[in-house]
Amino acid sequence: MIHNLWNDANGTFFPESALDFMPVGNLREVQLQRLKAVTALAYERVPLFRQRMDEKGVKPSDIHTLADVRLLPFSTKSDLRDTYPYGLFAVPMSEVVRLHASSGTTGKPIVVGYTEQDMEVWKQVIKRSLYAAGFTRGDIVSNMYGYGLFTGGLGLHAGLEAIGATVIPISGGNSERQIMVMKDFGVTGICATPSYFIHLIEVAQKMGIDFKRDLKVKRGVFGAEPWTNQMREYIENATGIQAFDIYGLSEIIGPGVGNECQCRQGPHIFEDHFLVEIVDPQTLEPLPDGQEGELVFTTLSKQAMPAIRYRTRDITALETEPCACGRTLRRIRRISRRSDDMFILRGVNVFPSQIETALLKTEASLPHYLIVLTRRSGLDQMEVRVEVTAEMLRDRVGEMDQLQKRFARNIEQITGLHAEVTLSQPGSLPRSEGKAKRLLDQRNLGA
Amino acid sequence: MKLTQISVFLENRPGRLSALAHSLAAAGVNLSTLMLSDNGEFGLLRLLTPDVEKAKTTIAAAGYASTTTEVVALEVPDRPGGLATVLAAVEKAGVSVEYMYAFAERPGTAAIMVFRFDDMDKALHALRAADIGICQAVKLFER
Repeated sequence: MIHNLWNDANGTFFPESALDFMPVGNLREVQLQRLKAVTALAYERVPLFRQRMDEKGVKPSDIHTLADVRLLPFSTKSDLRDTYPYGLFAVPMSEVVRLHASSGTTGKPIVVGYTEQDMEVWKQVIKRSLYAAGFTRGDIVSNMYGYGLFTGGLGLHAGLEAIGATVIPISGGNSERQIMVMKDFGVTGICATPSYFIHLIEVAQKMGIDFKRDLKVKRGVFGAEPWTNQMREYIENATGIQAFDIYGLSEIIGPGVGNECQCRQGPHIFEDHFLVEIVDPQTLEPLPDGQEGELVFTTLSKQAMPAIRYRTRDITALETEPCACGRTLRRIRRISRRSDDMFILRGVNVFPSQIETALLKTEASLPHYLIVLTRRSGLDQMEVRVEVTAEMLRDRVGEMDQLQKRFARNIEQITGLHAEVTLSQPGSLPRSEGKAKRLLDQRNLGA
Repeated sequence: MKLTQISVFLENRPGRLSALAHSLAAAGVNLSTLMLSDNGEFGLLRLLTPDVEKAKTTIAAAGYASTTTEVVALEVPDRPGGLATVLAAVEKAGVSVEYMYAFAERPGTAAIMVFRFDDMDKALHALRAADIGICQAVKLFER
C-alpha cells in the first residue's frame, strides 16, 4: 500500500507537491475564490465572454458556489479560431511573455499566450506532475516532445530543469539517434507521445538493442494523444519501464493539467488551477461523478488567456474512489478516445481505440494499423490494414488466413461491424513522429 | 540433416517480389531454390540459401517480415514410384507432409525435393531407417 508518501517513489518530501494533498474543504474554497476572480477577468477583458454572458443574463457576481460555474457559457476550439490570433487574450500584449500555437489539423492554428505568472504556474504544475511520476534530481531525461510552437517540448523542459533533472532537449524524430542517445547518455527518464515511443521500441529491436539489458530507462511520462491501457502494458512489457499518463492541452495550459501518481489509476487533475466538469457531449448537461462524458475545464489562475468551460472533446469520467496515494486531487479515467476521433459507420459509433483493443486481443503485441473508410456503391466499408510483424508471421498461408480471420472476428465482436482486414508489409503504413494517425476517411472523396 | 528455410511475407502488390529479389542480389545473397504460395491477397515466399544469416538481415533491412522453418532435402530416385517410396517411409511412421517443392538444382542423377513434415524429427528417423538419401547442406549448396 502507498500511504501519503508525498512523493512517492522514494518517499522524499517535495514542498511543491504539498498542494496535491490539501484538505478537500480548503481546496474547494481556493477554487471558489479563483473562479470568481477568473469569471470577473473574462467578463471585463474578453469581449466574446462578455457578449456570451450578457446573452445568458449572467454576471460575475452571480457566482456564489462552485456549482454556479454551470451558469457560464461554454467555449470551444472554434472560438479560438474565430478570434485568431489574440481575440481571447485578457491582458495587453506587453504582459504576454510567451506564445504557443497548436498545429490544428484543419485550417488556422490556435494561438495561446502566457504572462510571467502563467509561466510560473505552468512550471509548478509540471514539477508536480514529474514528482508524482517519481522523477527527481539525478534523472537524465530525453524530452522527445517537439520543441517550438507545440507546448509539449518547452513545457516539459522548464519543469524538468526546475526539478533539477538533466534535460536532453532531443525533440522528436531521428529515431536511431534517439536510441543511441538513450544508451550512450545513460538516459533514465522519457517524455514522449506513446505512439512515438512504441515506434522507438521497434527501431531498437531492429538495431538489436534490448531496453531491459542495454538501457537504463526507468520511467516515462507519456501524453499529448489518447492511449489505451493495452498500449501501456505493451510499453511496460517490452521495455521494463513504468509508463505514466500526463494530461494536458494547449488551450488550458499545455502538458501538466494532470498527471498520474505511483498508483497509476488515471491522472490527478491539478484542481487548484483547473476546475473540472464532465458533461454530456450532446445535451451539455452536467453528468455525475463516475459517468462518462466530455471533459470541460475552466482555468482558475490563467491570466493571459482564461478558459471558461472549455470543451476538450476528450471523453472520460471523474473517478469517485479516493486514490491510495493520499492526494485529494480528483482523477480522471485515462483518456483513450476523443469525441473528434469517433467515426460513424452505418449508424454505429466507433472509436479507433476499440479497433486497437480487438487487435491486441488477437496478438500479444501491438501491430501498426490504419483504419480506412471507403464508400462502395453507397455502402460504407471499413478496412483495417495491419502490418505483419516477424512475431506474427507463420510459415503456412492457411495459418495466416486464420490470423486474418481472427482479427476480423475480434473487431466484429467489439464494434458489431464487419471489417475487411488486410495484412500489410512491415513499415508500409505511415509512421508519425508526433501524434499517431489511425484513421483515413475516404468516404467523401468521389464515388 | 535439416535445412533452414526462410519464409517471407509478401503483400500482393506489383513489384514486391522484384524489390526483394533486387535487395538480395545487391547483398550478394545466392538463392538456391524458392517457392511462392499465395491466397490471392498475400503470399509467402519460401527460399533456401547458403547464406541464411545474411539473407535474414537483408530481408529485414529491406522492410520485409520473415520467419525461419526447418525443412529437409531428399534425393528422390528419378524413376516411376520414386516419390511413392519416400512417402511410404514417412507415412508408416505416422508423419504427414505439410508441403513440398522441387530443388532447382540437380547435383546428381536423382531429383532433389524439399519437404516440410509436421514432425521433422520423426520423419528424419523414418527416412534414415528406410535408407532414403538425405541431402547434406554442404553438398547441396556446392557448385
